[in-house]
Amino acid sequence: MTDTSMSSPAHSTSKGTGANLSKIALRWGLYLILGLFALYYLMPLFVMLTTSLKSLEEIRTGSLMALPREVTFDAWATAWSGACTGIQCEGLRPYFWNSVLIAIPAVALSTLLGALNGYVIAHWKFKGANLIFSLMLFGCFIPFQVVLLPMARVLGLMGLAGSIPGLIFVHVIYGLGFTTLFFRNYYVTIPAELTKAAKVDGASFLRIFRSIFLPLSLPIIVVTVIWQFTQIWNDFLFGVSFSQAGTQPITVALNNIVNSTTGVKEYNVDMAAAIIAGLPTLFVYVVAGKYFIRGLTAGSVKG
Amino acid sequence: MSDWLENHLPKVVLAPSFIAILIFVYGFIGWTAWVSFTRSKLLPRYELKGTVQYEKLFASPRWDTAMDNLFIFGTLFIVIAMVLGLMLAIFLDQEVRTEGVIRTIYLYPMALSMIVTGTAWKWILNPGLGLEAMIKGWGFESFTFDWLVNPDYAIYTVVIAGVWQSSGFVMALFLAGLRSVDGEIIKAAQVDGIPTWRIYTAIIIPSMAPIFLSAFIVLAHLAIKSFDLVIALTGGGPGYATDLPATYMYAMAFSRGDIGQAASSAMIMMGVVFTIVVPYLYSELRAKND
Repeated sequence: MTDTSMSSPAHSTSKGTGANLSKIALRWGLYLILGLFALYYLMPLFVMLTTSLKSLEEIRTGSLMALPREVTFDAWATAWSGACTGIQCEGLRPYFWNSVLIAIPAVALSTLLGALNGYVIAHWKFKGANLIFSLMLFGCFIPFQVVLLPMARVLGLMGLAGSIPGLIFVHVIYGLGFTTLFFRNYYVTIPAELTKAAKVDGASFLRIFRSIFLPLSLPIIVVTVIWQFTQIWNDFLFGVSFSQAGTQPITVALNNIVNSTTGVKEYNVDMAAAIIAGLPTLFVYVVAGKYFIRGLTAGSVKG
Repeated sequence: MSDWLENHLPKVVLAPSFIAILIFVYGFIGWTAWVSFTRSKLLPRYELKGTVQYEKLFASPRWDTAMDNLFIFGTLFIVIAMVLGLMLAIFLDQEVRTEGVIRTIYLYPMALSMIVTGTAWKWILNPGLGLEAMIKGWGFESFTFDWLVNPDYAIYTVVIAGVWQSSGFVMALFLAGLRSVDGEIIKAAQVDGIPTWRIYTAIIIPSMAPIFLSAFIVLAHLAIKSFDLVIALTGGGPGYATDLPATYMYAMAFSRGDIGQAASSAMIMMGVVFTIVVPYLYSELRAKND
């Protein structure tokens, strides 16, 4: 705020220190509000963390926001390897690995296909390419409820019902629209002359992709990988619809732990489990926040 | 042969994705649309029977609640997230020294799964041990905050958690918008002695109309697709007080075994999304091709 309210110098000297004081007060007010909102956004994370470190006894007798009197990691151990999701009591660990097994191939495949598609649509225009792009783009916005029923049947016909390859397949298919969009929007900024010159020199379609486009693609690959990873790791709808006992992703397991009706409610275990489920995407956000935000905004403000 | 391949390689590369989208997006929409006009129950049947499913849907009190909830949740979620996002963006745009840190804090909920968000807020809002108990513990014995378990107010807890999750993202959108406003115009206005708040309301905010539209589209889209947040936070309850179209569809498809109802409710959801998104996408694509 290089000041706007008192831009004429003559004006400000005549008012003197009174104006200066109100300026300082405004600044403090601004920081106070920003700080309060920071607390608001941090509060649930703080509550999750402190609750996960308390014993059940302390949770029942203490206050929501209080720091743990005695720090215990029992809840974390239970959440990781002992909490019950229905009848099984193996904690989140197997489901964490399910999510990893789903996310890695699905992210890799959808990113690779998106890069090739974007390359074709941006630099090898043929009749109908724009229509294809539009159709793919519209596909990003459908509510997935509209494909759940037929997809369940088709996965059954393909012999992939309730399996991890089935979930990988689903995530690749419905991630294609966005990954193609990301790469297409990035590749249109690369001059067409470059492709033309390479063609004149006799370079092939794949050669140009490998030697010219791929080396330039690191930033958009990072954006796409982060976007896809966050989407797939956090997915619940496909996970709950197309998995069965043993192949569920972590979000489904977390929900089962929290909402399992048997036994005593272990809030500390619930909170530890929620943090474990959120850690991978939080880690990505903290490490590569810039690319994360770019992906988010690329999905909405295009071009 | 190799010439033919080289000439057609671009098409060959794009073809699998295109065919996949045709089948798994458009074909599937067609299938769901078809089934929504049949008497399918536990298994799909393909003889068309007119609009029976839609009539049943609109006569169902549970669907009624779901649509009312979508309206309440959608409106409040969009309006509050936009107002909060714009306000925070303007505050952060005042050359705040710690901007990077604050932005990171405001935006991190967007990295979390809705299931994690729902789990956290379910714990915070539970009347027995959460916020209510805490404030009672401070000596305000008569304080009650039982929205989570109160059928009349439970839907507002979904708004609370949804706004917490998404408002930081709206802030980031608006902040990017504020930064893209032409600095010369603002400087000129400052030289003319126009007060800051007037510069914002008369110059900066009106020039951000496209960002408002983008934010609206993204938030509306999130609201209509909201499923996991409700499942984790309230499970659709108490009763079905916080049912949304997405949870209704899921219940019909996977626990009630009523494929006809599931298909027709999914088609209504798609109708709502498309009336909002299609005009926007159409104008975006046209602007780009011109």
